[in-house]
Amino acid sequence: MIELKNITKVYKTGEVETTALKNINLKIERSEFVAIMGPSGSGKSTLMHIIGLLDRPTSGEYFLEGINVNRLSDNELANLRNKKIGFVFQAFYLLPRKNVLENVILPTIYSGLDQELREKKAKKALKDSAFPENFIYHYPNQLSGGMMQRVAIARALVNDPEIILADEPTGNLDTKTGEVIMHTLQKLNLEKGITIVLITHEEYIAQHAEKIIKIRDGEIIAEEKVKNRKILYYNNEI
Amino acid sequence: MKFNDLLKESLSSLKANKLRTGLTMLGIIIGVASVISMISLGEGSKISIQRSIESLGSNNLIVFPGIVQPGRGFIASGRGGAEVLKIKDVEELRKIENIIAISPEIQRRFQIVSEVGNNINSTVLGISSDFFIVRNIQIANGEKISEDNVKSFSRVAVLGSNITKDLFGDINPLGKKIRINNLSFRVIGVMQPKGSTGFVSYDDFILVPYSVMQKQLAGTEYFNSIAVKVDSKENIEKVRGEIEERLVKLHNVSEPDFSIFSQEDILSTLTSVINTFTIFLSFIAGISLVVGGIGIMNMMLTSVTERTREIGLRKAIGAKRNDILKQILLESIFITLIGGLVGIILGSTITFVVGKIANINILISIKAILISVFISTLIGMIFGYYPAKKASNLDPIEALKYE
Repeated sequence: MIELKNITKVYKTGEVETTALKNINLKIERSEFVAIMGPSGSGKSTLMHIIGLLDRPTSGEYFLEGINVNRLSDNELANLRNKKIGFVFQAFYLLPRKNVLENVILPTIYSGLDQELREKKAKKALKDSAFPENFIYHYPNQLSGGMMQRVAIARALVNDPEIILADEPTGNLDTKTGEVIMHTLQKLNLEKGITIVLITHEEYIAQHAEKIIKIRDGEIIAEEKVKNRKILYYNNEI
Repeated sequence: MKFNDLLKESLSSLKANKLRTGLTMLGIIIGVASVISMISLGEGSKISIQRSIESLGSNNLIVFPGIVQPGRGFIASGRGGAEVLKIKDVEELRKIENIIAISPEIQRRFQIVSEVGNNINSTVLGISSDFFIVRNIQIANGEKISEDNVKSFSRVAVLGSNITKDLFGDINPLGKKIRINNLSFRVIGVMQPKGSTGFVSYDDFILVPYSVMQKQLAGTEYFNSIAVKVDSKENIEKVRGEIEERLVKLHNVSEPDFSIFSQEDILSTLTSVINTFTIFLSFIAGISLVVGGIGIMNMMLTSVTERTREIGLRKAIGAKRNDILKQILLESIFITLIGGLVGIILGSTITFVVGKIANINILISIKAILISVFISTLIGMIFGYYPAKKASNLDPIEALKYE
């Protein structure tokens, strides 16, 4: 699904060069739930940006479903981001002027979906992310943090992506709400088979994944299966 | 991205900041409105000048004494500065076959007293019977000054419509006496009102036979001008040449000591003055359009900065560079387009009201409307392009991190 070969990313600020990623080799299979863990400045965000097609590596190759994305144009990358990848950010990034439903619909505008289909898919996505139905015409500032993150997850789901990239999705939430969000992500992974890449610096959150990739100073230092995985998924829950 | 989605996104961000959008739009509204009113007033006055010159009679040539230097213009020349035109000249011009009427004219200002006691100071014009043909003057009441009146030195007068009111009020003036410079004249006719013809209004004139004017009122044998009517437009230049040739010979001079004007000369002089004025005023009005455009750029830059994170998010979830560019550009075009339309309505209304109040001719031309819509949309595109380009080039990662 995702395959990184010798990915290096170097930032240049004036004369100073900073190497954010060094020779990263990484393989993530379809329907895997992977956590990328590392302290701040370790390069995990840069790695996520590259996986998410928001940034291009300085050298190395990135295959997404067997396609070498290095060769794609900006427009083709935008198209892939739109159709195959869903982003969930720490700060939610909901548009304050739009209500919940409109926020979820936003990605479908850029994929040129029909009006009717958009609303149908957005409502479905909100249901899948366990967002309460009677709040869908509310505005983001009327919602709690947990609800906002659910809207963001629904927005990531609306175009039926194959991968969800979650960058510290619980960073702005309290522990309990954070766990509920992790629960939702696990459910999407298990029920829909969506590949999930979770970026976090918290061991506790990372243990919700199947596999943890530890990164430090731009290098992968460990890649291990989670032994006592926290499964919050129960069949009887929505 | 579909066009109506683009439109919706653009409109919703404009609506989010109604006051700011409105104020920015106001700049364009004022600019377009002033351009429209300036062009309309200019076009209107051009037409009214044209009409009044044409109402003076068509195919006319007017001979003035003295030389008007080229470039100084017709209006700048002092009429009657030189004294060279006499009855001899009129006789000479009568020999030109393409001339169908000759009107020698002499004018002075005099004190005029009516039988009923009203007293005014006005212009008295000494004329021949041809005056009515050449100058296209109709009589409303009574009769014209005839060739017999001229020959027999009749002290008769034809009054302009305004003068009639001033001297006699509502009393019928026909057959009544007026005193011009203490000489008694009998009123035999009243001219039809003609309105201002640009720079003279015969409504304020009193017509008397030129013979009486020359001998008894002014004490001169010269004329202020000789107007002639040519049989057709095609012959005007030919007749102009012939007049010049004959009069130079008659006056026994090497260079003409007189000037000949055609209606076209006068018209083109006045039109070019008005054109210059209109262009000048429109240019000043155009500056306000440019200032309005800068207002748009300013607003769009602020709005793009405020929406940095939103733009970053849009790009992350799949907006292409062009989608962002189009959205921002459409916002500024929308402001100028709506501003332009409101400006046209406002400008036309202002022009119409001013035209009515000040009683000036106006012409709200399609040309003016198209020009201002085009220019304002262009301004929207030009001044919106930089902010739009800036927004579309934002790096999504940087934009999302923006605080």
